[in-house]
Amino acid sequence: MTAETAILLAVAIPLAGALGVALARRLPNLREAASLASSGALAAAAWSLLPEVMSGNRPAVEVFEFVPGLSIRFEVEPLGAMFAALASLLWIVSTVYSIGYMRGNAERHQTRYYVFFAIAISATMGVAFAGNLLTLFLFYEALTLATYPLVAHAGDERARRGARTYLFILLATSIGLLLPAIAWTWSVAGTLDFTPGGVLEGRITDGLAAVLLLLYVLGTGKAAVMPVHRWLPAAMVAPAPVSALLHAVAVVKAGVFTIAKVVIYVFGLDFLAGVPAERLLVWLAGFTVVAASIVAMRQTDLKRLLAYSTVSQLSYVVLAALVLAPLAEVGAAIHIVAHAFGKITLFFAAGAIYVASKKTDIGQMAGIGLRMPWTMTAFAIGALSMIGVPPTAGFVSKWYIIAGAFQLDNYFVLAVLIASTGLNAAYFLPIVFRAFFRREDRPPQKEHGEAPWPMVAALVFTASLVVVFFVFNGPVVDLEYGILRGRP
Amino acid sequence: MTAEQLPALAVAVPLAAAPLAALLGRGSLPWALATLASAGAFTVAILLAAAAAGVEAISYDVGGWPAPFGIELRITAFSALLLVIITGASTVALAGTKPSLDAEVVPARRPYFYAAWLLAVGGLSGIVASGDAFNIFVFMEVSSLASYILIAGGTDSRALPAVFKYLVMGTIGATFYLIGVGLIYMMTGTLNLTDMEARIGGVADLKPILAAVGFVTLGLALKAGVFPLHVWVPNAYAWSPHAVTAFIAACSTKVSLYVLLRFDFMVFQGSLADHDLRFAGFLLPLAVFAVLVASATAMAEGHLKRLLAYSSVAQIGYMVLGASLMTPAGLTAGIVHMFNHALAKGTLFLAVACLATRFASLALADLAGAARRMPWTMAAFAVGGLSLIGIPGTAGFVSKWYLVVAALQAGATGAALVAVIVISSLMSVWYVWRVVEAAWFRAPAGGAARAEAPPAMLAVLWAAALANLWFGLQPGLPLALSGSAATSLLKLVQ
Repeated sequence: MTAETAILLAVAIPLAGALGVALARRLPNLREAASLASSGALAAAAWSLLPEVMSGNRPAVEVFEFVPGLSIRFEVEPLGAMFAALASLLWIVSTVYSIGYMRGNAERHQTRYYVFFAIAISATMGVAFAGNLLTLFLFYEALTLATYPLVAHAGDERARRGARTYLFILLATSIGLLLPAIAWTWSVAGTLDFTPGGVLEGRITDGLAAVLLLLYVLGTGKAAVMPVHRWLPAAMVAPAPVSALLHAVAVVKAGVFTIAKVVIYVFGLDFLAGVPAERLLVWLAGFTVVAASIVAMRQTDLKRLLAYSTVSQLSYVVLAALVLAPLAEVGAAIHIVAHAFGKITLFFAAGAIYVASKKTDIGQMAGIGLRMPWTMTAFAIGALSMIGVPPTAGFVSKWYIIAGAFQLDNYFVLAVLIASTGLNAAYFLPIVFRAFFRREDRPPQKEHGEAPWPMVAALVFTASLVVVFFVFNGPVVDLEYGILRGRP
Repeated sequence: MTAEQLPALAVAVPLAAAPLAALLGRGSLPWALATLASAGAFTVAILLAAAAAGVEAISYDVGGWPAPFGIELRITAFSALLLVIITGASTVALAGTKPSLDAEVVPARRPYFYAAWLLAVGGLSGIVASGDAFNIFVFMEVSSLASYILIAGGTDSRALPAVFKYLVMGTIGATFYLIGVGLIYMMTGTLNLTDMEARIGGVADLKPILAAVGFVTLGLALKAGVFPLHVWVPNAYAWSPHAVTAFIAACSTKVSLYVLLRFDFMVFQGSLADHDLRFAGFLLPLAVFAVLVASATAMAEGHLKRLLAYSSVAQIGYMVLGASLMTPAGLTAGIVHMFNHALAKGTLFLAVACLATRFASLALADLAGAARRMPWTMAAFAVGGLSLIGIPGTAGFVSKWYLVVAALQAGATGAALVAVIVISSLMSVWYVWRVVEAAWFRAPAGGAARAEAPPAMLAVLWAAALANLWFGLQPGLPLALSGSAATSLLKLVQ
């Protein structure tokens, strides 16, 4: 299989999977087999690209010419290769988890759920492999639309309202700010290709470059930088696997991924370093990191707390990308992976708690660790990764971001990271403490044990990834050093 | 038959078929003839588009009398694009809505209804094919009178006051146009547009010519439904038979806009002092208002067809907005939006026709859960809606992209215009999503049993929906035609 085929397959396989799911709608076992098979095939395709990219190649394929000089084209570079490998791996896990969740919860419209889940993954692959901003925008919007039915899944008034907020904020930011930003880039640079070193240097004044960057950062609503973060808590009305894979990994990471790509390949680090107003955006991202954590502390609903924690963690990536230090860029890339492993574990745990006990409120979770030891141990590992302590994945990325901040003596970023570490500890550790060391209400509201085994298996697997990544992260770090290559 | 005869055929085929249709009785034959003639004209239009893409114009002297003495048919890239839109819309609307037409047009009226339909197609084609100002007026009257019959051709009595309003306003518009043409004829002694363009230089900036510019522009703006002269549009679209709406909404206002642009750019622009400034100064604010006010009205509208009609008024605003930027990119955007909007709105109104086969009322409140009963219809509606919003991957995105890029080239005004475009896009998200959400995520009021539209209607509907996606990813042909239309309107070297 050539790399070009693998790229096209990665976008096509989930679509074929969606078709298979739709055709097998009357036979639930076959339908789930179609989901699993396509997730496995996708992972094979996405991972097959890694050696090629790691050896320094940038496989590319052009699909359509859109207008003269502007095509729908794919090009795989380290950031995208990693993102695709990550999302495809976690799609397998969350498919297993979904089967347990959807059946354990006796959800309706399961076929629609699996179909749109697969379409969303296809769009994610398109975002990851996009060779220019137009292609990225195309799949970015497709991702928004494909996830809308998943957020509105329950179909009641609350779900509809949440989904409306979700759709409207994401479309408003992307059409309102991102599209003009891309069109502006096109009209000044004459190209939208992702080019090492950027395409804007010398073509736009410093002041306008800062405005353009602001359009990109706020226009990429999926990155949830304040004040355009409200869609993420609203999306929590979705079923737990959706929150886990899409709103902790695929959708939100597509956002920060877009910002990182724009910073590295459209502006270029060296050009942005000469734009003084870029500092303002660093402050905005830093503010989001801290403010979202403070809001998270005040949440009583577990999923909403996790959502605000995601908002905060996403801005780590944005912050790291905007620090403009080479090591921080690597840290930003690694944090995409590290946070994904940790946060998907946390959401899996929240979903498992819901399926087993129907509890959503943190206050009800006293002593739940004794009833669900596997789930809550995994939760604890995920929480430690959010705080960023060894031996978890969160420590690795934080290490690189801090190293990057030191490279440029950026003490603001250091202060933000320290504050955030404290805040994360302050809202995650009490949950863990309450689950293991507080007595359950007497008499218990409901007798229950662990959630169905596919769910437990999935969350144990992702929790072990959190720990494994702490020890075994060399290949990812090597791969991501590739984004610094080719700078002029 | 040779290629030189194509311009004549584009007009003659539907016109000649019209009286035949009136003689074919009450069965399905008139419909079959109308569909066939439309398809024939569509084929001619596509051949013409292919031929016109590379050349400045294909000229045809009617009856062998050379221009400027005889009537000249003059097919440019711009008119070829419009011909494709007109005949394509007619073919698709006829082919895709037979059950709907059968239900809405009583048998006794059928022969005349289809004759009127063909006259409308022939008239509209004549307007865009003709190179003669008075001839354009004649065709305008042919198409307008036929359209009045079509709109009132159904069983909904609300169509009668709507069509009366349309008739009064359409007549005023046509009269204004005729007064303007008369003034120009008085001053230049010619009716041929190309000749007029050459001669008007000598008398430009005299009072009668300035008055003529006013009359022509205003009269055509009225017929094009340019805000605030759009008041006839919503009801005329809403209460006409659904097939007629799909046809008329896709092409008729665009034809008037075509004449407006052709007159203003080809005839007036080169010779009149400050024409650019006055044209833009007059139409740009109207376009902005059209886009914002009509979108806002659509957001609050409770009836599906009226909602889409107000959206059409807003979209006409986009076309005018692009044109009034007076740049190649802006004009290209405005013109290609004629094509893309025809695709999107045609799809949406075809979906409406499908919905109407199963739902008695098209009020949004009565369409709750419609997607449970008609999933394929509503999925196609969603595709059309996404194209209307301008989501990438659909035809609507192509025009939006060009419009934004063109506006960005226009400096500070441009930035404000980008804001207008963006805000109105968000408004369109709002009104499209009201329909989508009602159809998918609200519980149906009656039974939720699956009851799709007839397969023939669905097939055509989906062909139209897929065309939105195709031209969203492969916009080469319409862009090439629009681009060459824009360069010839601005008289740039091709």
